[in-house]
Amino acid sequence: MSTGAPQTGVPSIVDPEAPATLAGDAAVRVLGLRKQFGDRVAVEGLDLEVPRGQVFGLLGPNGSGKTTTIRMLCGLLEPSAGTAVVAGRDVVRDPEGVRRSIGYMSQRYGLYDDLTVAENLRFYAEVYGLRGDARRDRIEEQLTTLGLDVRRDQLAGTLSGGWKQRLALGCATSHHPHILFLDEPTAGVDPAARRTFWETIHRLARDGTTVLVTTHYMDEAARCERLAFLSRGHLIGVGTPDEVTRQFGQPTIEDVFIMLQHRDEAAE
Amino acid sequence: MNPWRALRTAAFWPMLWKEFVQMRRDRLTLAMMTMIPAGQLMLFGYAIQTDVRHVPLVVLDESRSAESRLLAEALENTDVFRRVGEADDAAEVRQLIEGGAATAALIVPPDYHRRIARGLPAEAQLIVDAADPQASGAALSASQLAAQARGAAITVARLRGPPVPPPVDLRVRPWYNPSQRSAIFIVPGVIGIILTLTMTIITSSAIVRERERGTLEQLIVTPIGRTSLMLGKLVPFVVVGYVQMTVVLLLGRLVFDIPIRGALPTLYLLTFPFIVASLGVGLLVSTVARSQAQAMQLSFFFMLPNILLSGYLFPRVAMPEPAQWIGAILPLTFFLKVIRGVLLKGLGFAVLWPELLVLCGFAAGLVVVSVRRFSKTIE
Repeated sequence: MSTGAPQTGVPSIVDPEAPATLAGDAAVRVLGLRKQFGDRVAVEGLDLEVPRGQVFGLLGPNGSGKTTTIRMLCGLLEPSAGTAVVAGRDVVRDPEGVRRSIGYMSQRYGLYDDLTVAENLRFYAEVYGLRGDARRDRIEEQLTTLGLDVRRDQLAGTLSGGWKQRLALGCATSHHPHILFLDEPTAGVDPAARRTFWETIHRLARDGTTVLVTTHYMDEAARCERLAFLSRGHLIGVGTPDEVTRQFGQPTIEDVFIMLQHRDEAAE
Repeated sequence: MNPWRALRTAAFWPMLWKEFVQMRRDRLTLAMMTMIPAGQLMLFGYAIQTDVRHVPLVVLDESRSAESRLLAEALENTDVFRRVGEADDAAEVRQLIEGGAATAALIVPPDYHRRIARGLPAEAQLIVDAADPQASGAALSASQLAAQARGAAITVARLRGPPVPPPVDLRVRPWYNPSQRSAIFIVPGVIGIILTLTMTIITSSAIVRERERGTLEQLIVTPIGRTSLMLGKLVPFVVVGYVQMTVVLLLGRLVFDIPIRGALPTLYLLTFPFIVASLGVGLLVSTVARSQAQAMQLSFFFMLPNILLSGYLFPRVAMPEPAQWIGAILPLTFFLKVIRGVLLKGLGFAVLWPELLVLCGFAAGLVVVSVRRFSKTIE
């Protein structure tokens, strides 16, 4: 596994004075990213590097800029300033290239309720350019690995939350994306389904997929190899879960999270 | 932003496939798309009869003579009147008209036949319930025709000679719709109304549904491209529109005997810019509406002037000027001229090119505006 510069050693507290490195072959490299909606600045001066093949967690209270960041990286939002290079392509200059190499799954899942499980998979596989035997084989493979085979002809709208989530993951990964963006993928899903989901996520990462995930659940944060904490649009800490807790002098990630939330509320 | 390139790129076809699978499965929309044309056709073709027939007529015959009976018969022979009964006095006439049992009353005074026999001008009275101006107008003109006919017959009898031609004889020839059936006027319009309905209401709510469900966002992060996305979403409705048009044409021909005097390929071709313009409206509605319910409401708001001011039901020349101006910015107004022109008059490009130009203008303008707005809203 290749690693970017800030990955090893002491807790890497983001220093705005230090020059951010864009070297190495990180999956995502962000430099000075900024997004403004009218008068409100949602994300400011964000520098971030996501190493290839890692499960990378983006954490922060509501309104901290997690979703805005992920949407900029996927090409759903145009940055107001700064650069973001995803899978080696600039999100502003080559959005098409970015879209071909990423998968995206939001908490809304983006499934067609009136299509069956197999039809949803087929549609997204075709949209990503899979045709003929390649498409058929890939759909069968996914139905098996995701355990959706027995439900292949069921309408997606009649699936329970956990199954919908698996199907959405299948739809977002039919083209073997280099990078998978997950925006609060486990919101409103029962614990058993969440566990299965995370097992799938780690399997994808082992196969070389970089996963960038936002979450509210602290047990999920602990499952990430690296974490980045956002607060009020700023990146305030990045490192392994252990490093982050040490950096903020808290016993657990949950304590870090609560501390940040209190700080945000006090600042408002 | 080249639509032809988008058609050739692979991403367009899965979109098309998906739309048709969804359409097949969405029973309500499917029913709406197939039943509305048939329903509208029957409703407007049968129920809206602007040609007035069988106005209920009551007769108060105080003359009780052969002459008075001939006058009443002359009225009935126009087909506009249907005799529903006799009245014994003026009070009963009033009562029957007030109660709605009769819409018109013929009152023949006692001296009617005597005055005719003496060669004097005879008078009779026709009372009409003019609350409905359309019905009463028809009744008035029919009664005048009947009276003229009787007058001519009496004059001829009096002269006891060969019939004398009237000094001026204005012969009316109703072209294109000689029997003056309103179905022939209405049914081609139904096609225009249905196309407007499908392209605005059904298309806009289909797009808004994608946004509501989050699938639009999901599609934008795929390499599908905005043009393929929009074409894939809109082209199925063009197909639906043409199918609906064909259904209405077939039913109109079979049930209402609508003439098809022009060339059908010309009609289908001339319909295309109208469909594109209406799709533009649908796309525009989808960029403004936040929910499917809002899309429905907005589309209905757009439908209303289309039904009332385009010349679909009421002649535009009879409207006050502001209403005519509003009519002039509706694509349907021009499409109605096209479809009536082709079907009823057998016209082609040679005559209809100004309407074609206007429709193409509408199509280009609406597509540019709505596509730009749509691209912005999916950012």
